[in-house]
Amino acid sequence: MKNISLGQYYPARSPIHQLDARMKVILAILYIVCTFLCKNVLCFAAIALSSILLILISRIPLRTVFRAIRPIIFIMIFTATINLFFTKGETLLFSWWKLQIYMEGIYSAVFMVVRIIVLILGTSIFLTYTTTPIALTDALESLLSPLRVIRLPVHEFAMMMTIALRFIPTLTEETSKIMNAQKARGVDFSEGGLIRRAKSLIPILIPLFVSSFRRADELATAMECRCYRGGKGRTKMTVPHLHVRDFAALVLMIAFGAGIVMLNRYGFGYTV
Amino acid sequence: MSELFIHAKDLWCSYDEDDLRVPVLRGITLDIDRGEYVAILGHNGSGKSTFAKLLNGILEPYAGELTVAGVDLTSPDLSDDDIYALRREVGMVFQNPDNQLVATIVEEDVAFGPENLGVPSEEIRRRVDEALATVGMSEYARHEPHRLSGGQKQRVAIAGLIAMQPSCMIFDESTAMLDPVGRREVIETFEKLNREQGITVLTITHYMNEAARADRVIVIDDGKILADGTPREIFADPDKLKRAALDVPQCTSLVHGLRAEGVVLDGEPITPEECADIICRALKEKTNG
Repeated sequence: MKNISLGQYYPARSPIHQLDARMKVILAILYIVCTFLCKNVLCFAAIALSSILLILISRIPLRTVFRAIRPIIFIMIFTATINLFFTKGETLLFSWWKLQIYMEGIYSAVFMVVRIIVLILGTSIFLTYTTTPIALTDALESLLSPLRVIRLPVHEFAMMMTIALRFIPTLTEETSKIMNAQKARGVDFSEGGLIRRAKSLIPILIPLFVSSFRRADELATAMECRCYRGGKGRTKMTVPHLHVRDFAALVLMIAFGAGIVMLNRYGFGYTV
Repeated sequence: MSELFIHAKDLWCSYDEDDLRVPVLRGITLDIDRGEYVAILGHNGSGKSTFAKLLNGILEPYAGELTVAGVDLTSPDLSDDDIYALRREVGMVFQNPDNQLVATIVEEDVAFGPENLGVPSEEIRRRVDEALATVGMSEYARHEPHRLSGGQKQRVAIAGLIAMQPSCMIFDESTAMLDPVGRREVIETFEKLNREQGITVLTITHYMNEAARADRVIVIDDGKILADGTPREIFADPDKLKRAALDVPQCTSLVHGLRAEGVVLDGEPITPEECADIICRALKEKTNG
């Protein structure tokens, strides 16, 4: 239980890991924009290639990467089927009863699948796989800090995230302790129907809630004792600096976006 | 020249502000000098933790005088800034090591205090490295707190205080949830801080062996001070401690028991080593004479 890792972070030393987390958030957003700029076969081929390249650069094993895609396979199949049968076009390939498949339908189905895969890969490679949750929280705090002007509690939000991340392992450990204690008293978590199993969770949840509130109270006192009084006047031990590589990555991404826009003009076949 | 650090006179405190019929503290009067190493002993519910929480402004007394590090905590025009200033002078380590660490990485947690104080970044870096070295946790700087042992977590919590450069540290039963190894680590750490950096240490405990190591022991029972003196003076009177539902250290009680059985022993041991010495001497005299 002590070895649970937070999020999906995959520790490695790759150029993407070394980028500043704030820049990675921006890059991820730009990459998403790029996938939506794609309009023809060439573009989709380019963006699919780019995500394969990203996987290679980030040095994340393929098996780990595909774990991110597994949960959305159903959505992919669903979207592909809808696009396949409901896209009307000019070249009819196949017709049976009321089902008609056009060439355009095949294109559109493939485009959608590629787009979804690239969206998931892009965000997980830039954000979850190569950035620790804590770095991501800090990056969001820093990127959203202009919103403080309109009195959005950006620092407090980031603090809450940090504490939540800090307490996930502690509470997981506690849950397993409570479960063992209840098992020792004869509670059976594995038998019975859905309702009975859900009911058997109550003796776990109640002690867990009680202890979480007690922890929260003690932590608040401890934080006050350490002179915490919100984000005002606070400094940071590590101030992140943007390096040349961060700007280089940004330039590359913008160039890639421009390339996609260019390719849109010279495409052939079906265009979205 | 000793300098007064904590001055309490006839302190009364209650958890329920509307109902003062059940006060937890009922007239505490004591003075503690800067640089002292004091153990506060008491049974569960004696009010020892309540007293500690008054010292950095977590709780407020409703009657009496209390001045800590030059801040008058009973003054009517006490501001939040005064309490803030006091808290950087008087740090506190709590019982449960899990519930006082904020960050997901050890060194970031140590940095939390100085960050709150608005210390410049390079200075924080320096203080954090120094603090971790002082408690012997430098090699764990980049670790996640939940992978550390209880004693290590408490040492990280102590490092978090050191980085704020306080002049006093209060340990509110900080060793109660630890195994013997962890307990020794924590005690040795704060004794070193007291000895080498002159930090005033107040340790609140119900372990006699821990109290025996302090320079001065204050026994609190039922919200009042029952005894105040050196460990030797305090443990010389087991009956008084029994009334506060406390015990003397095991070695002291052994010597008292032997004496009651008619064995001639001189001296009042408070550590196992002293006890062994006394018994050895007695045995030698017996074989010689």
